[in-house]
Amino acid sequence: MSLPPEPRTAPDSGVIHNIGYRGYQGPRLGRSYATRSLFVQSLRGAYGLGRSGKSKVLPMLILGGLGAIALMIVTATLIAKQQKLLMDYTAFLSTFGLLITIFLAAQAPVLMSRDLRHNTVPLYFSRPITRGDYVRAKFAAMTAAMLILMVTPLLVLYIGAVLGKLPFGTNTEHFLYALVAAVLYAVLFAAIALLIAAATPRRGFGVAAIMGVLVVSNILATIAFGINGGFEGRDSANWVALLSPQMLVESVVNRTFGLGGDGAVIHAPSTFAAVVFGVEIVTIAVLCYVSLLRRYRKI
Amino acid sequence: MSTVIKTDGLTKRFPRVTALDQLTVEVQPGVVGLVGSNGAGKSTLIKILLGLSPATSGTGQVLGLDIATEGPAIRERVGYMPEHDCLPPDVSATEFVVHMARMAGLPAAAARERTADTLRHVGLYEERYRPMGGYSTGMKQRVKLAQALVHDPQLVLLDEPTNGLDPVGRDDMLALIRRVHSDFGISVLVTTHLLGELERTCDHLVVIDGGRLLRSSSTASFTEATQLLAVEVTDHPDDQSLDADRAVRERLAAAGLTVRPDGSRILLVEMAGEDTYDTIRDTVAGLGLGLIRLEQRRHRVAEIFTAAAPGAQADPATPADPADPAPGADPQTVDPQTADPQAGGAPDVVAS
Repeated sequence: MSLPPEPRTAPDSGVIHNIGYRGYQGPRLGRSYATRSLFVQSLRGAYGLGRSGKSKVLPMLILGGLGAIALMIVTATLIAKQQKLLMDYTAFLSTFGLLITIFLAAQAPVLMSRDLRHNTVPLYFSRPITRGDYVRAKFAAMTAAMLILMVTPLLVLYIGAVLGKLPFGTNTEHFLYALVAAVLYAVLFAAIALLIAAATPRRGFGVAAIMGVLVVSNILATIAFGINGGFEGRDSANWVALLSPQMLVESVVNRTFGLGGDGAVIHAPSTFAAVVFGVEIVTIAVLCYVSLLRRYRKI
Repeated sequence: MSTVIKTDGLTKRFPRVTALDQLTVEVQPGVVGLVGSNGAGKSTLIKILLGLSPATSGTGQVLGLDIATEGPAIRERVGYMPEHDCLPPDVSATEFVVHMARMAGLPAAAARERTADTLRHVGLYEERYRPMGGYSTGMKQRVKLAQALVHDPQLVLLDEPTNGLDPVGRDDMLALIRRVHSDFGISVLVTTHLLGELERTCDHLVVIDGGRLLRSSSTASFTEATQLLAVEVTDHPDDQSLDADRAVRERLAAAGLTVRPDGSRILLVEMAGEDTYDTIRDTVAGLGLGLIRLEQRRHRVAEIFTAAAPGAQADPATPADPADPAPGADPQTVDPQTADPQAGGAPDVVAS
């Protein structure tokens, strides 16, 4: 602490002095730090952290729910003394794709629409970060949030399987396949959902539109799959995966890693199809990302 | 630090309109008012100064940094308070300003400390922990100002900071803006279309209209005492037939002063020196009248918009004026062609 005041200022010692304005001489960490901060804030926001208690309910419920389901699968497998998980890792992701989609639809507008709706975006752009940094941070945050959502139950399955003395090699292999699938889901879904969210400043519309696009496309593709005899095992019916983002990822992963031997599980009908599907995944993700950048160029 | 903002022939054209037209202006440290009607190009100018929108032609510097190439560096040193509402309602002021501080590059601990300091300086206390959705307009404006100041910028750009405030709130905000410069040492560029506010707040005014510079000079020279005294006297207590005004006028004229009536019972006397006060006092007393009013008359900033008097605008260069134009370019001289047709109506957009 500083020395006591000089004697001549002593008489009015009872006064609380206003310390006045203090400048800031410390470090300014610049663009990349700001972008990272935005990433962290957005990722936390996707799970309702740093926001009201109410906004934590849905994301935490879905995360907890998926974890609980995974735990139940492991427990059931071990009780039934099976040598194989009752539900494989990749199958887990596609089976509970609806829950993942709900999380995405609910949280993508949280990341994008709120800033647009409340006109906060100009405040970001009056700071060192650029439009590109902003989109990059938001995209990374949404992808990371999706990954956390999907990898957590996968880890529960994997750790449970390993502790339960299930074959280590196969489980590790399939767990890694599922991780690849999770990354593909996360990137593709995040790109689609963020673009829709950025186009709909009203959060409710954003939620509905994302659900609409992802769920309806899935339903349409399933109907087309059935009409074309997919359930009877006709291979060419698998081309309907072109219609649905979720099936795209699913069929590419199943084909590439030779999963889903029975005909009812969707898979790319040929190597050529797998390549086509893969190209479509990349194209959609890139197109959405570029459109997102363009969306923010005008603000 | 000498010049805060400097533009040279800055032009911004959109496909349909020219938002800024050959704007050459220089702004020194202090509180500077940017005046113009809606659509005069104020917001466009701010965007260009922040390096967010490239100019069609011309150059500019903010804090000595080039606006075309050093945008990020400028935005690190400049604060911006937008005109519109920009606060998410479900976040508290503290959280919001901390986040904005980090967006400006402040480390987490410094961001929290600066946020507490800044919110206290703008006058937000306990309410800063509540969600901002429940704030009054005045409180929201304070948060907006706080987020512009939190990273201790060298310059803040305030876009219509008094919008939507009641008279008391407006006075508070204007006092706060004065303090930003006088106590915090931060230069201020404040835009408004309300001239009365700027007279009290700003050291220097830049007037633009239709994207062109109308005038840039110190507030004092806009409102300088016009060497006129307004005089008002009572009627004679006994002699009702005496026309008091006329008698005073004649006496003063006889004393060698120029006098003209100004509306209801007010006489405007031109100052001839310090003893003019004495002459008026003695004259009124000599006639046995009461002196109601004896005051200096000032120009109002509004006159540059209402009276199309190029003559009145041609004399701004006072010695106290801090913004003497760069040699060669003379932004202070008003082009009569610009001033004349627009002084009355101030059209929003310049054709061409």
